[in-house]
Amino acid sequence: MNFVAFRMLIGDRAKYIGLIFAVAFSTFLLQNQISIFAGIMKNTGHRVIDITDAEVWVMDPQTRYFDENKALKDTDLTRVRGVPGVDYAVRLFKGNPVARTNTGRFATCVALGLDDATLTGAPRHMILGSWEALRRPHQIVIDKAGYLMLFPGEPLELGRELELNDQRVEIAGISDALPGFVSLPIIHARYSEALNFQGKQRLQLSFVLARAKAGLSPEELALRIQEATGLKARTTWQFAWDCVAYYLQNTGIPVNFGITIAVATLVGLVVTGQTFYLFTVENLKQFGALKAIGVTNLRLLGMILLQAVTVWFVGYGLGSALAATFFNITLNVIATRHITLLWQSATGVGIFMLIVVLLASVAGLQRVLKLQPAEVFRS
Amino acid sequence: MTSTPSIAVQCQSVRRSFGSGDARIEVLRGVDFEARQGEMTFLVGPSGCGKTTLISIIAGLLDASAGEVALFGSKPASMTSRGQILFRRSHLGFVFQQYNLLPALTAAENAAVPLLAAGMKHREAVDRATAMLQRLGIGEKASVLPRLLSGGQQQRVALARALVHEPRLIICDEPTAALDHKSGESVMELLATAAVHPERAVVVVTHDNRVFHFAHRISHMNDGVITHTTTH
Repeated sequence: MNFVAFRMLIGDRAKYIGLIFAVAFSTFLLQNQISIFAGIMKNTGHRVIDITDAEVWVMDPQTRYFDENKALKDTDLTRVRGVPGVDYAVRLFKGNPVARTNTGRFATCVALGLDDATLTGAPRHMILGSWEALRRPHQIVIDKAGYLMLFPGEPLELGRELELNDQRVEIAGISDALPGFVSLPIIHARYSEALNFQGKQRLQLSFVLARAKAGLSPEELALRIQEATGLKARTTWQFAWDCVAYYLQNTGIPVNFGITIAVATLVGLVVTGQTFYLFTVENLKQFGALKAIGVTNLRLLGMILLQAVTVWFVGYGLGSALAATFFNITLNVIATRHITLLWQSATGVGIFMLIVVLLASVAGLQRVLKLQPAEVFRS
Repeated sequence: MTSTPSIAVQCQSVRRSFGSGDARIEVLRGVDFEARQGEMTFLVGPSGCGKTTLISIIAGLLDASAGEVALFGSKPASMTSRGQILFRRSHLGFVFQQYNLLPALTAAENAAVPLLAAGMKHREAVDRATAMLQRLGIGEKASVLPRLLSGGQQQRVALARALVHEPRLIICDEPTAALDHKSGESVMELLATAAVHPERAVVVVTHDNRVFHFAHRISHMNDGVITHTTTH
């Protein structure tokens, strides 16, 4: 009878296509919006995660996220170094200077000034050149996306010049930095040089990056630094999540995506559910005939569940394929790179759609099970 | 209680009512009815007299409020629900007024449904159904969908579906009501030649007095009771 159930399902092309479309559309929309939302939120913490040398970030107690920070005193570095359990602590400058090319094209950048002696925080994923070239004067490393923003359509090339606050610097390396919330070029330079990329302020030390001695966890070290210095100290992951939380709480992005996800959920529930329910109800006469002929309720249950699972499998597969194609295309776009179809989203949406289709089939099934087979005698 | 072997269907004092209290309607008021093997028995009467309710009870699709129904000596009402379904599946065939064919299945697949429901392999079931369609003169339409068949052809497919599993009782509900006279006559002829069998009974509910000459026995029903039975 599985064959009969399958043929009943695909026999009415219009309804079958409608069902598949509803499931596929909801799947695509949900996977797409959830993955983009999660991707964008993840991007807000990328500036922190990208600095792999740091285990603990020390900052002003009022700092809420990476892009909003109040400079520390130079003596704070010494105080952090004095905390028991600190293996090393170095300074990090973060500024937003404007970089200009020889052709006059310019862009606001994220400039990271690394400790001159150790270059702690240097990008580890290099596409061209080496981060160690930063030891030479007037050398910077720029990320690939930033390079392409400043030199659009041009091949990646070392030795090109940029002007930052009347300072001429040379590109010594091109890194593969993770994208941030806003697409800005990421420039790495030595601390002493980065300070000159924008107007001088009395205090310049943005963050202190610290690492724990062997046997001490970053969380424990962060607590020790907070207690000893009164400054805020967060582990890399804690700080990255602080950034995500800041954008979640202080921007309209969650509401915006939330509405779209809610609409997609509603479409999934209402359209898919109702279409499948109506499909079953419109076949009541046929199910009645089958009951009269001697098909058991258990067999009818199996037939309807088979139809539901088939609709889910085809619709979900199609929707997932569309979502995967979408992300495959946008993966090569600078602004959306690193935003991918998350397996968590794909799995969650799959389970949700299966529940929707099964619920709809159960609703239709109740009508079928309650159906008196004698009704087939009524013309 | 055991019926005479030649009696396929025996109803005794069958009553059936619907609703309760003031809204209670008694549709069957003590029906005594017989259908014999090797015969075609017609159940005739005006609309609303209880014919459909009676065949629903005979078929085990509806329970009687009172009275007894025996089919080939067995009493389906005393069986379990599953037992009733299995009994119906193996011993009964149905021909409905509106054919009730599954639109997505071909003629042969439609005719094969009782065999598929009984668990027969698809290929074997369709082969047997195709053979039955050939016997009924529409073998060439075996792979055609119902919507591409005329009313008469669809009713022949329904007849093939009723016969394919060799049931002992065939119940037809107004089999000619949706057909023109010529097609109706043709379907009744087929029913008389292909369905009537020494070990099988055929019960036909009909309004169509133009086909009464096919009946061996006609039970006239009115107001919930069999008023009289005539033999031909």
